[in-house]
Amino acid sequence: MLTLIIIKLITCIAVFAISLGVAAYATLWERKFSALLQDRVGPDRAGPKGLLQPLADGGKMFFKEEIIPNVSNKFLFILGPSLFMLTALMTGSVIPWGKDFTTAGGSIISFQITDINIGVLYLLGVVSIGVYGIMIGGWASNNKYALLGAIRSSSQMISYEIAMGISVIALVITAGGTLSLREIVGQQDAGYANIVYQPLGFLIFFVCALAETNRAPFDLPECEAELVGGYHTEYSSMKLGLFLFAEYINMFISSAVMSAFYFGGYNFPFAQELYNAIGLQEGSIWISLIGFGAFFTKIIIFICVFMWIRWTLPRFRYDQLMNLGWKILLPLSLLNLAITIGVEFLRGNLQL
Amino acid sequence: MLGFTITQWMFGILSFLAIMFALMVVFSRNPVNSVLYLVLTFFCVAGHYLLLNAQFLAVVHIVVYSGAIMVLFLFVIMLMDLNQEKEPQKTWLNKLIAGVAGGLLLFVFVGSLKGAEQLQLETYGASQIGLVKNLGKVLFSEFLFPFEIVSVLLLAALVGAIMIGKKEIR
Repeated sequence: MLTLIIIKLITCIAVFAISLGVAAYATLWERKFSALLQDRVGPDRAGPKGLLQPLADGGKMFFKEEIIPNVSNKFLFILGPSLFMLTALMTGSVIPWGKDFTTAGGSIISFQITDINIGVLYLLGVVSIGVYGIMIGGWASNNKYALLGAIRSSSQMISYEIAMGISVIALVITAGGTLSLREIVGQQDAGYANIVYQPLGFLIFFVCALAETNRAPFDLPECEAELVGGYHTEYSSMKLGLFLFAEYINMFISSAVMSAFYFGGYNFPFAQELYNAIGLQEGSIWISLIGFGAFFTKIIIFICVFMWIRWTLPRFRYDQLMNLGWKILLPLSLLNLAITIGVEFLRGNLQL
Repeated sequence: MLGFTITQWMFGILSFLAIMFALMVVFSRNPVNSVLYLVLTFFCVAGHYLLLNAQFLAVVHIVVYSGAIMVLFLFVIMLMDLNQEKEPQKTWLNKLIAGVAGGLLLFVFVGSLKGAEQLQLETYGASQIGLVKNLGKVLFSEFLFPFEIVSVLLLAALVGAIMIGKKEIR
């Protein structure tokens, strides 16, 4: 029992540290990437090639003056960014980061904090309460721009959650009716990755993930041309830092979820052949680590795509955003669901 | 610990929190705080569902009530910007009527509990009916008709809301 608690504690801390670390370096990579696309050099002064830039940014955020507006609701003003960060970090707990391995003592250790059998629903639930951080923060600022940003954000998230949920239902049907993330990733081990069966579903999920993480071209909640800074107009210092940082964590986690759902997670083509060629036994820690590396490669590719889109596409107008969500993505996801059910029924995987 | 199991402790703590937050919904002066306390109450109720091993109900409760409906509530209340000074105060007659009506509703609720003590209670955690697979099977075989009727009801509500929201009807 005690060893189990210690192992789980280590996994928790590892997932926490990796989420924060990846998010920190994603901020640097975003600046480097935009520099690449705009033919600039990007930040290169802090440390070799600018590698210490996230540290400098974080230090700057911590040491800046902290301003809490007089007219704001102080408790809710502080609660807003904390809640946003909390929900961003909570989603990492159900993602299977690698295969289980067996120690010399014969005990099985998994690369996942917890495998709850309603993992997919848990993810949707955490995403749905994630909007409270922005709403509370935006309202408590007592500033009309912040309030408008918060309301934009919440209506955008609620609208896109529906199409996202329906595309996930289609995925669950293809995956054999399981809601556990470990089983969804595991069943892609033997066959093809789910992207082969669910190309349309993936596209819908990807667009919805962009909207849910408030990334460009859906970053209307913080649209600086219209709303000064959106929901974080009144925030300064590390509270602003938490809002900005949580966005990168959300991006990391949604990349991980997309890799796990549609691209096989820690599986990769010809994995078994590779392990046989090197001579690794089933249950070896090296298999877990190689799988973890493959998973991470996919996540980093997704993060790059997120950034590529941000620096390529202009921002949507608000009515265009709502039209896309309700009039295009929702019918498309329903169509995708109907096709999936029909095909699975014809293949004999569903019974009446 | 004091002769209670962990489940009983959890039940006690969750019930206490749920009742406390529910009281805070009524007593807090600021409507936004009321909504936030109501969200916390929903979380406590979801915790009760989890104790009953009804995982699906717990998560759907959070997704639907906390994640969607209460966000819309918050939305409306934030936009209306209610506060104590600007609100018209209720007369004592209104308060009396509300008190009597609420008391009668409580009476009906307590009355509906009559006979509940004879029901066979499932022990905590042992029931499997709340798992997604079992619930789905029951819902789509035994209770299919009521389930479909409810969906028609929701559709009617949806159409009604759109009709009210439309400015002019062509």
